[in-house]
Amino acid sequence: MVNLTIDGKKLRVREGTTIMKAAASVGIRIPHLCYLEGINEIGACKVCVVEMQGKTKLITACNNPVEEGMVLYTNSPKARSVRRTNVELILSQHDCSCATCVRSGNCNLQKLANDLGILEVPYEKEVQYHPWNKEFPLIRDSAKCIKCMRCVQICDKVQDLHIWDVQNTGSRTTVDVSQNRCIEESDCSLCGQCITHCPTGALRERDDLPKVFRALADPETVTVVQVAPAVRAAWGEALGLPASAATEGRMVSALKQIGFDYVFDTNFSADLTIMEEGTELIHRLSDGEEHEYPMFTSCCPGWVSFMKSQYPEMAGNLSTAKSPQQMFGAVAKTYFAEKAGIPAEKIFSISIMPCVSKKREATLPDMYSSGAGADVDLVLTTREFGRLVRAEHITPELLEEMDFDSPLGESTGAGVIFGATGGVMEAALRTAAYVLTGENPVPDFQTVRGMEGRKESTFRIGERELSTCTVSGLKNARDLMEDIKKGSVHYDFVEVMACPGGCVGGGGQPIKDGEELAVVRAPKLYELDRNRPIRYSHENPEIQKLYKEYLGEPLSERAHELLHTKG
Amino acid sequence: MSRLKISTPNAAQLTVERLYKDLERHIIASPPGLCPVDLQLSFLKLCHAQTCGKCVPCRVGLLQLQHLMEDVLEGRATEETIALIEETANNITDSADCAIGYEAAHMVLAGLEGFKEDYLHHIKTGKCSYTITQPVPCVALCPAGVDIPGYIALVGEERYADAVTLIRKDNPFPTACALICEHPCEARCRRNMIDSSVNIRGLKRMAVDNARANTVPVPKKAAATGKKVAIVGGGPGGLSAAYYLELMGHHAVVFEEKSKLGGMLRYGIPNYRFPRERLDEDIEAILSTGVEVHTNVTIGNEEDDMSLSDLRKEYDAVYVAIGAHTDKKIGIEGEDAKGVISAVEMLRSIGDDNPPDFTGKTVVVVGGGNVAMDCTRSAIRLGAEKVGIAYRRRQEDMTALPEEIEGAIAEGAELYSLKAPHKIEADENGQVTAIWVEPQIIGAIDAWGRARPVRAEVELKRIPCDIVVVAIGQGIESRHFEEAGIPIKRGVLQAMSESSIENLPGMFAGGDCVTGPATVIRAIAAGKVAAANIDEYLGYHHVIPCDVEIPQVNYADRQPCGRVNMTEREAGERKHDFCAIEECMTKQEAAQEAGRCLRCDHYGYGNLKGGRAAIW
Repeated sequence: MVNLTIDGKKLRVREGTTIMKAAASVGIRIPHLCYLEGINEIGACKVCVVEMQGKTKLITACNNPVEEGMVLYTNSPKARSVRRTNVELILSQHDCSCATCVRSGNCNLQKLANDLGILEVPYEKEVQYHPWNKEFPLIRDSAKCIKCMRCVQICDKVQDLHIWDVQNTGSRTTVDVSQNRCIEESDCSLCGQCITHCPTGALRERDDLPKVFRALADPETVTVVQVAPAVRAAWGEALGLPASAATEGRMVSALKQIGFDYVFDTNFSADLTIMEEGTELIHRLSDGEEHEYPMFTSCCPGWVSFMKSQYPEMAGNLSTAKSPQQMFGAVAKTYFAEKAGIPAEKIFSISIMPCVSKKREATLPDMYSSGAGADVDLVLTTREFGRLVRAEHITPELLEEMDFDSPLGESTGAGVIFGATGGVMEAALRTAAYVLTGENPVPDFQTVRGMEGRKESTFRIGERELSTCTVSGLKNARDLMEDIKKGSVHYDFVEVMACPGGCVGGGGQPIKDGEELAVVRAPKLYELDRNRPIRYSHENPEIQKLYKEYLGEPLSERAHELLHTKG
Repeated sequence: MSRLKISTPNAAQLTVERLYKDLERHIIASPPGLCPVDLQLSFLKLCHAQTCGKCVPCRVGLLQLQHLMEDVLEGRATEETIALIEETANNITDSADCAIGYEAAHMVLAGLEGFKEDYLHHIKTGKCSYTITQPVPCVALCPAGVDIPGYIALVGEERYADAVTLIRKDNPFPTACALICEHPCEARCRRNMIDSSVNIRGLKRMAVDNARANTVPVPKKAAATGKKVAIVGGGPGGLSAAYYLELMGHHAVVFEEKSKLGGMLRYGIPNYRFPRERLDEDIEAILSTGVEVHTNVTIGNEEDDMSLSDLRKEYDAVYVAIGAHTDKKIGIEGEDAKGVISAVEMLRSIGDDNPPDFTGKTVVVVGGGNVAMDCTRSAIRLGAEKVGIAYRRRQEDMTALPEEIEGAIAEGAELYSLKAPHKIEADENGQVTAIWVEPQIIGAIDAWGRARPVRAEVELKRIPCDIVVVAIGQGIESRHFEEAGIPIKRGVLQAMSESSIENLPGMFAGGDCVTGPATVIRAIAAGKVAAANIDEYLGYHHVIPCDVEIPQVNYADRQPCGRVNMTEREAGERKHDFCAIEECMTKQEAAQEAGRCLRCDHYGYGNLKGGRAAIW
């Protein structure tokens, strides 16, 4: 243990504790900007500087450990002056158009400048403007980048894709796509983790709200919206709602208030995914062939993109089942259109996703199977949904709870847990066990739950042992792939989610600087699951009806046509 | 009214003078990987500030060049911009009155030629093609990439064995490098920006003197793979490869032509610089990994003990690290006289404990490199009455380290600079009696920045002597290797940068036999590279880790402080024996010197990227 004094408070902390954390333990929150615990502790912004008694030079609190007997001042005249100057310097190179910034009100730089009372910057404004393809789902605005390097570090350390890098040296140092590539030709999975860890508005998703408003304004267009499982666990954060008020029912109500004609649930098509993917898995397990590699889930487009760019030789082991978003789109413009008597081409299909990669997924060549344009016409992130609600000046806490529309609003507890890492695995296990044994298993498969990046489990289902692995975060995915390639591990079925914690930690989710919220959101999904009357995908009555009336059975020709990729 | 005044510099002038010195040191410590166009623009700004403002090309031209270069850096330029830069700079070169203008423009032209690719890259992509890959200057410049800030911090805490363990992660010859490394790591040490570079080699010496390499256990080996690798040459490169291959679980078998291991460390470097028992400490530790050694074995063709093709058949991979051990001849009349010996021959006989007796003799050493200094100082120790060094350029042009030259002079060597060997004179018995030299004057500077000597219009000079030692470089015994299919170019083996040989799978080569005579640390680095790539070739991906915990930084303010230099035994005493001449730092000195390290692994770019490669 180390004894020290911060701002006159004596404290005792473990050896190796950073000054930042030591201060926090006695309630002193040292202002910081670039710091991201465990990921980016590089002391670049020099906002967290503190003065150490007896030393001339200030030291950064974020990446320097405490020393026995040190006496620190976080607000000495020197610390105060340096902190202010450094924020002013950052502002001199920052496009401070806060009113038109997506992060206005949720920006650490804005808050810090305001807290410090910086009303004028004494330095010449020098903002870097680099061109960027505004059609790409991920937008980088160089004018707002403060070179904190968080995006570089997240992509290197957590996602292991190395899309961002420091570019140029000297005064022209900036962040850009690595290896002199442009973003379109990079291997970016569009996981969006760089966006959710950006302290400013330098990184964001492409804003697709204008297209939503156009669709809503057109009386000829029938708008059909689906909401992904993980969105319901986070949408309230974007609106400042307490968790108790951010219910599924109010979310549905808000969407209806905005004017969407049909409000459906991606949970429905998550159940459908289980029917297709689960059946595919059972076929694979019983086809008598030795499979060198496991079957991999395919519902996460960030992961699918990663697999195809990093391990193309193994991409054949991905399930051919489309993601719930795309299954929904295909069913909405065929089965539902027929049933409701709406010409498919009049349907404008919108999804609300915790994800940026879904924006690209909806435009991939296999995703036009309904014959009426793209199966999903537009993808919004949870953040865009939040902005939509705000733009419509809706006060969600005053709304009455409403149910999803029928028939594509019916879902089970198995569908809702898709939003957390291990959820697809658990939902698949529930149904696979039923198919193989004729009996429903106990629905809770605790060993596949939880935030660890890699979880192995073996299950006995009927006669068979099923070995599985559940992974989230692409660095973990890469480590797993290397182990599988080396032959040091063997699994039958592997679930991968690109974002740490799964979709609840998705790159399209609301941002709270410095906080990882997947761990808070996931339990909400498990609670919804626990309280659902039906918890097995195969028991969803609307799914049963869909097969009976339209698809026949899982993996039927029509199911293949609509619900599977061509390989 | 006085007519003349004695001028004394005022405070401003004195300050500027001091800033010039500061700037010089900043330039010395310039980190590798910076944008060259950006740097050039900064240089140009400085040059422009020097202009008096009288002449147009300098006053205006240098400014317009800056604008054009800014266009390049800001991505506003086209190829026409480059053409305009070139034309303008040419015209400034041709018309500026004084060197302030034409030399500034000349620098711009040199840059346009030297890094045109980067200019074009800026134009095409709006970005620089350069990046900082290893931001810690000392580590970036160490060929083996040794974790220098790490071991300096360990020495500072007197954790000497840990320091040796950490060095060994990248370099299994900590003792050799502690005593005789040419320390390229110190060249751009960021401490230069404050005062002068950290004495890195001296601190490593502190580690190995207080924790002898043979007393610090080597790390645990990986599980045996059953693969066997033959290594031709038991010098620093071959033994480094052998060490890492053993740690990776492969079996390394070293074939050495001479009777003992160590290569040039034993047969090239005299004992007074690197005592044999210290070399044996490194070798003992390396062999403790299980390396199998066969000495007195020549690998060549069928007539020799074994041929290269035998090795290829018998082993899973072969690493050729034979070094550069053959003599180079001057090519002058009388070179075959009795009493003319090559440096290689002389140092080898000393290495084999069979030194020549120079008692009472007059010796002239021809050459200006470190080997020439080794021969000179050895000759003094072998009893020579007088030893001279004949060199065709000036003392400052010598490639030997300045401290080696100064050491030789202090021990009584005579320096015949600007004297090119002309012929060797012998008596009727064929015994050397003198060397005739051609006096030179120093002349024009060549493209590499070296002043070339040219024949002076004076008479030849006769230097009477009994022994001539030729130390003008070494060559490589390449014939047998060429016969075995290894491509040879300009006398050296042709290996790729990953040390494999084109069209010969499983065959690797590195060190002096590929680069030509170089330094021990480059041979060690080549051995490390070879080990990694042989491991990959054999289908593995072993990593070499190190679990030593690096001490945390201290928060001391960085006050300027002089560098602790190494001390030597006094010249009059040391010149009579072959015992080590350099003395180690004291603990007090080492603590102060270690404290001068700026910990670039923690401060600066190092804590973002590339600061520490914990494994390789």
